[in-house]
Amino acid sequence: MVDTSVSLSGLILDNPIIPASGTFGYGYEYAELFDINCLGSFSFKGTTREARFGNPTPRIAECPAGMINSVGLQNPGVEKVISEELPKLKECFSKKVIANVGGFSLEEYAETCQMLDSQEQVGLLEVNISCPNVHNGGMSFGTDPKMAAEVTKRVKAVTTKPLYIKLSPNVTDIVEIAKACEDAGADGISMINTLLGMRIDLKTKKPIIANKMGGFSGSAILPVALRMVYQVYDAVKIPIIGMGGVATAKDVIEMMLAGATAVQIGAANLVNPFVCKEIIEKLPEEMAKYSINSLSEIIGGAH
Amino acid sequence: MKQEIFVIKSQEKIAKDVFKMVLSGNTDDITASGQFVNIKLDGFYLRRPISVCDYDKNELTLIYKTVGEGTAAMSKYENGTELDILTGLGNGYDTSLSGETPLLLGGGVGVPPLYNLCKKLVAEGKKPTVILGFNSADDVFYENEFKALGADVFVTTADGSYGIKGFVTDAMADLNYSYFYTCGPEPMLKAIYNVSKTSGQLSFEERMGCGFGACMGCSCKTKYGNKRICKDGPVLIKEEIIW
Repeated sequence: MVDTSVSLSGLILDNPIIPASGTFGYGYEYAELFDINCLGSFSFKGTTREARFGNPTPRIAECPAGMINSVGLQNPGVEKVISEELPKLKECFSKKVIANVGGFSLEEYAETCQMLDSQEQVGLLEVNISCPNVHNGGMSFGTDPKMAAEVTKRVKAVTTKPLYIKLSPNVTDIVEIAKACEDAGADGISMINTLLGMRIDLKTKKPIIANKMGGFSGSAILPVALRMVYQVYDAVKIPIIGMGGVATAKDVIEMMLAGATAVQIGAANLVNPFVCKEIIEKLPEEMAKYSINSLSEIIGGAH
Repeated sequence: MKQEIFVIKSQEKIAKDVFKMVLSGNTDDITASGQFVNIKLDGFYLRRPISVCDYDKNELTLIYKTVGEGTAAMSKYENGTELDILTGLGNGYDTSLSGETPLLLGGGVGVPPLYNLCKKLVAEGKKPTVILGFNSADDVFYENEFKALGADVFVTTADGSYGIKGFVTDAMADLNYSYFYTCGPEPMLKAIYNVSKTSGQLSFEERMGCGFGACMGCSCKTKYGNKRICKDGPVLIKEEIIW
């Protein structure tokens, strides 16, 4: 019997597979398709204090081995998430969820996190300081180590659950930002968010995405994500949730060898809604193939 | 929604850049006219959403236009090719509101989903009138198929090379109808919205990520709140639309 369990700052997951925020809604779309209790956990749709419609459409563009999205944190706002989405989710998911939080000011991050921290269903907070699709905030917190540290401190001061900061790859030195978050009290790092990208329609000769740019994700970014997780693992002592282009059980093992304690699956869910379930079922076989008895023992094994 | 493997039975070109593909497979999850399927293509990351033209228990008919590299590749698939398809996506048309004499208006590749709708309305004993709008004579398809269902059919072309010269709205001006159903490019939908004398249902198109409501890639605002074209649509009722 192989052991697929991992621990994220004390939150024990049966397996390291976590659908990434923004690709799994609040869970119930997928619960119609399969029993989502097989997941390690899942990171729900990025939630902000106020309701947001997000960006104009088109918000989606295809790329070779990936896609660009420019949704712009569409969500019903934290109050409705607590009063409507979490109760609905509770009916189809009995494990702890990861609360993904977006924001535009320190106060907003702190307030939204504080509200979600008090929810029994929430096992861990994942603060997104790296959304490439919103102006006046979002990613700007994630590109400056001082701001990243400030968000971490402010949220940490008003919450009790493990706090993970989700980092942007659109920076010169992601290690410096990860270290700043660790020093400011973060319990872990989530990485990487999407890479800022663009596609241009040859017929109209204009960008396909209404907002011109968007976040590039999908299989193509796996090597970038692996490299960054590897670098950050060397520099921090806190756990890393690794993500970026992961689509198979082999990718999961590779990401854990680079240094991830748990692994998020993003864009792949949109192409194959069963991908997380399939990965979880395939993991024991792949582990056996590579003589791995316990997944938690391979974390950072490539170093 | 279900994920199913379908097998291509036949494929033919029926108009300029327009292909008709017949597939065999389990269609149990298709419950309404105007729903769509999302097809995985080898070598392309995102699936291709295509409206259902017609279906019965074990057969699915799709009509699509080659608008990019994905659909162009699809048009070259040979009979016997297996396709991974998510079926039964979207809400589809509600025939219960049609009244006795509904009007169906299709523009270009907006025509296909109206075919099964027309079939259903006829089966329910209603007397649909159909207006099919195209740019030019080369683009025209399915006129005879709609006639064979027993509907009154008008064809318009923008350049006047076939049928009535002008747009579908030119052909609808003098008609009496109990309700309308439409699918086509957004400017056409808006024009119909503006001149229509009754309530109706309009089917919208948007670039989609997943096609099943998870990614929020195709959201729009309506009078009843935000909706996802793929999950809460693609059919919206006239009274809820915000342009």
